Amino acid sequence: MSEVAIVGIGMHRFGRTDGVSGRAQAVHAAREALRDAGLRFSDMRFGFGGSHSAGDADTLVSELGLTGLPFINVANGCATGGSALIAADAAIRSGQHDIGIVIGFDKHPRGAFDTDPADHGIGAWYGETGLMVTTQFFGLKVQRYLHDHGIAPGVLAAIAEKAFRNGARNPMAWRRTELSAAEIAAAPMISHPLTQYMYCSPGQGAVALVLCRADRARTYTGRPVYLRGAEFRSRRYGSFEVFSPWLASERADSPTVEASAAAFAAAGIGPDEVDVAQVQDTESGAELMHMAETGLCAHGEQEKLLAGGTTEIEGRLPVNTDGGCIANGEPIGASGLRQVYETVLQLRGDAGAHQVPGDPQVGFTHVYGAPGISACTVLTR
Amino acid sequence: MIRLVDESLFTRTPDGVALLGSRCADCSAYTFPRQGGCPRCTGSAMADVPLSRTGTLWSWTVQGFRPKPPYCGSERYEPYGVGYVELPGQLIVEARLTETDPERLAIGMPMVLELVPFRDDLDGVPVHTFAFVAGSSDV
Repeated sequence: MSEVAIVGIGMHRFGRTDGVSGRAQAVHAAREALRDAGLRFSDMRFGFGGSHSAGDADTLVSELGLTGLPFINVANGCATGGSALIAADAAIRSGQHDIGIVIGFDKHPRGAFDTDPADHGIGAWYGETGLMVTTQFFGLKVQRYLHDHGIAPGVLAAIAEKAFRNGARNPMAWRRTELSAAEIAAAPMISHPLTQYMYCSPGQGAVALVLCRADRARTYTGRPVYLRGAEFRSRRYGSFEVFSPWLASERADSPTVEASAAAFAAAGIGPDEVDVAQVQDTESGAELMHMAETGLCAHGEQEKLLAGGTTEIEGRLPVNTDGGCIANGEPIGASGLRQVYETVLQLRGDAGAHQVPGDPQVGFTHVYGAPGISACTVLTR
Repeated sequence: MIRLVDESLFTRTPDGVALLGSRCADCSAYTFPRQGGCPRCTGSAMADVPLSRTGTLWSWTVQGFRPKPPYCGSERYEPYGVGYVELPGQLIVEARLTETDPERLAIGMPMVLELVPFRDDLDGVPVHTFAFVAGSSDV
């Protein structure tokens, strides 16, 4: 078995880039990642990639080069990027291939993410009566979470405030203007207790990564980052997921709990050793819940950590250092790989104005999405 | 005869209209709406069962904007709340709530099922769906 390293990273800036297709953004990211590793597309032995709404990743070869490589499309909702990465990890770890590329990209129109209940096996009544609304789910989920753990809702504004503050320090972010907790709390209520500025927006962007056998990593870069664990899980009976006309009375952990525990176990690294973390923050409540579900802190401990600045860039456990989904938006196919891109930047010491001080050694990423899936990675220098 | 959004969701009981779910003969798990396979034990011995008309509020929110299609509700039935209501010994069902004031909603409060209009059809006839209202019985 080979260990796996990331030797090239590339990104197309997130946000709304009029006149540039999602595919063009993906090609840009791929070329940047190849350039970063000092390689050409003809050096790639495999590709995995996907987008939700911007086309098939395997068609990118018409632009990148018709080299005959196996390029497999991945379609796994918000975990598309994470799933592509896990597939690449397995391809290298198993010895099937030595080097390849993963690409995640997307381009959503304003107010995207209308979903047909039939795609989820749910009757038309669910959409017609106004229950097929993702923003509702996040409100319902965090409402219960705040109740269960005795957390005051003020923490939700504090999390969004941190996201915009970090985004303002990240030149690749979409939202680069700081907003105060008071402004965030006073914004229109979308789904109680979550206001407009606590949610991310559908966006655009692309990320590509070049991965190879760890023992060859230094051929391509002086600063490889090692993928020590990459795990994916789907929901169990009793978890609380989006588009659920009913929930089981017996409760079960979210897929995040299992995916993160498995990634840490594979890496032989504990959550207490993490120096920088990116967790899915579709809205503030998601960051709140995921901090604990991933094992980075205890349930109910988040208020204290936020108030004490622990999850700030300069804190002991920096979370969503690039501004997360809230400041970067959500191009579904690209988000999971954005987290890995940001973590590689941080571990290389290349994050500039939003660099975590103190020479971080261990990074962690977590994506979560419909219909109850999570993918996590543990990365080290 | 009251017009319903989807007749297959409902059943008539002596206490009034109830939601129609499934119960697994092997492991006693419930689902709503009805389905043929059991998500708990993976078996396929599901039988129709009327669900409890009363429960307690398990979580809630208020829909703060008019959803896009496939939502087709009429403006005069807005805004609406959304909640999960725990039906004791059965399951936790998602439903519209008639209450939209956050000050008057609290986890744990007793709720009872009611049919409410959510849209008018082209002839102005109201179409009903299920919702929960605060209260412990049909008064």
